[in-house]
Amino acid sequence: MTTTVDTVANRTEDNRASRERIASVLQSYGAAIVLGLLVIVGSIAFPTFASAGNFANIATQSSFLLIVAAGMTFVILTGGIDLSVGSVFALGGVLAAYGSTYGLAGALLFPLVVCGAIGALQGFLIAYGKMAPFIVTLAGLLGVRGLVLASTDGGSTTPLVTDEGVISLGQDSMFGIHWPVVIAVAIIVVGTLLLARTSGGLSILAVGGSESAATLMGLPVARVKFGVYVISGLCAGLAGALNAAYSSSGVPTVGVGLELNAISAVVIGGTLLVGGRGNLIGTVAGVLLLSVIQNLINQVGSLSSSVQAVVSGGFLAVVVIIQTVLSRTQRL
Amino acid sequence: MTQPTVSTRMPSRATALGILQRYGVYIAIVLLLVYNLFFTPNFFAIDNFRTQFVQVVPVLIVALGMALVIGTEGIDLSVGAVMALAASTIPLYIGYGVVPAVLIAIFVGAVIGAFNGIMIALIGVQPIVATLAVMVAGRGLALLIANEQLKSVTDPGVLALGRDNIAGVPYSVIIAVVLVAAVALLVNKTTFGKQLIAVGGSRRASELAGLPVKRILLLTYVLAAGLAAVAGVIGTARLGASVPSTIGNLIELSAITAVVVGGTPLTGGQVKVLGTVAGALLLQFISATLIKHNVPDAYSQIAQAVIILVAVYIQRGKVSVR
Repeated sequence: MTTTVDTVANRTEDNRASRERIASVLQSYGAAIVLGLLVIVGSIAFPTFASAGNFANIATQSSFLLIVAAGMTFVILTGGIDLSVGSVFALGGVLAAYGSTYGLAGALLFPLVVCGAIGALQGFLIAYGKMAPFIVTLAGLLGVRGLVLASTDGGSTTPLVTDEGVISLGQDSMFGIHWPVVIAVAIIVVGTLLLARTSGGLSILAVGGSESAATLMGLPVARVKFGVYVISGLCAGLAGALNAAYSSSGVPTVGVGLELNAISAVVIGGTLLVGGRGNLIGTVAGVLLLSVIQNLINQVGSLSSSVQAVVSGGFLAVVVIIQTVLSRTQRL
Repeated sequence: MTQPTVSTRMPSRATALGILQRYGVYIAIVLLLVYNLFFTPNFFAIDNFRTQFVQVVPVLIVALGMALVIGTEGIDLSVGAVMALAASTIPLYIGYGVVPAVLIAIFVGAVIGAFNGIMIALIGVQPIVATLAVMVAGRGLALLIANEQLKSVTDPGVLALGRDNIAGVPYSVIIAVVLVAAVALLVNKTTFGKQLIAVGGSRRASELAGLPVKRILLLTYVLAAGLAAVAGVIGTARLGASVPSTIGNLIELSAITAVVVGGTPLTGGQVKVLGTVAGALLLQFISATLIKHNVPDAYSQIAQAVIILVAVYIQRGKVSVR
């Protein structure tokens, strides 16, 4: 009798383990799987979709959001949030355009220093001032947009990028791949190695997993939290600078609502908003999914941007519901 | 030797901070009004105050619902989209008269709130993502309903709601005052209010105490969306047009700011209704003061950001004490 009970218990244990494994795989790679399906369906339905030119186009369009979302992933992994990235993105673009009078170095260093400093200020208030990330970066969203307007006569002037070197950074390509895409991929590779192979990366995951446990383990919790906001500020500033180079102007009104796209992409990519779990590869899949959905809707042609909003929003809802249900299976 | 001086000084500093934490937003309003009394011509005029109150109404009503949601340790980013949806349904049903059209608009808002609530309370999705999804999709839906067009509303009943007044007090302000009183009663005098605060204080403890946590959360999001829909109706009435593309844009940020500046912590477990009113008024007076002194929009945004940070920094100690 006891043996049968044991085997039954074992079998349910096995079932549960395999179900947990499936749930875990789905949560980590769900976005990539859906992306694959969507690309296949899109290729069959629209001949114009599956062309090298269109794919290169999608990659370029995605690269700016991808860089922003990469920084956002670091922040969300610690259990935080950064609402300021849209405004920092715009500031990065404006500063890059102003800095481009000093050539490529000016166009990159000027935005990176300022946006990094903004990230540092927010990180300081959050990590050492113990203020809520949501509120600090909400103030950042408002304040930095104010800075953008202040530096462009209330948004009425659009500084142009005149330096050839800067423009070629945004518009030229290597083997048919635009430089922004190359840079975005490099950031993802470096970031993934940083997260998986360095003590700093593991500290980020530990802080997100349980801040009190991380403190008790003697990890530099405040320094880790400070660091991720600096990373996010740098990423958003760099993305803004590259976007300015790509469009050869620093438009002060860009990036409104960008934080929402970045958060959506990170969450769709399987990174948990509570922190401690997720990766940059998922974020890549999340960003590409949003871009492919947009591209497919454009392929249909007759559909408006409102339809796109409904589809993206509905998609996000479906994804988070599935994720929540899956992570509940894992916890049981 | 120095110890006695330290120990005598500590309590007085603590009480000063306590006063600032509790009454900071009211002190700020008074200081701002005093400044305007001396340095802003024509600020202290009945007409000006009427304008200020009429302008603050939509943010205030949305902030009331937001305060309830934040009290449960949640957040609702979809309020602006709910306003847009409410606005977009009014032209569809105005043919049946003012009352049915308004009721349907509020009902649509409540349905969206129920959707938020189901995702958050029953499925367990985090409030910020759940309402983010609804925020994106909701406005898209509103634009589709309205065919992406502005529709003017000519019904005299709706226009009266936006423009007429009783004894000099505009209808919209009266509605806001009634709603403030209702929410204050709900929070402080009803079982639901106590339960809501208990859930925000500790969801786990509330579950163990046998409170219907899921139902409370669901109802909270329905209320927040219902209030946002009322704000959408009032906004539409004031404009005399249904403009789903712009109505309520970024209002979630203003509402959250008003709630937080008013002393409701984002960590839940407290709802300051009067503080929220004061927070909304403070933001309104600040922007009015800056506008009247011709300060460019850029600097008024920076000023708002600094004020949010200072307000939250002052209140920061309170949370850790609890």
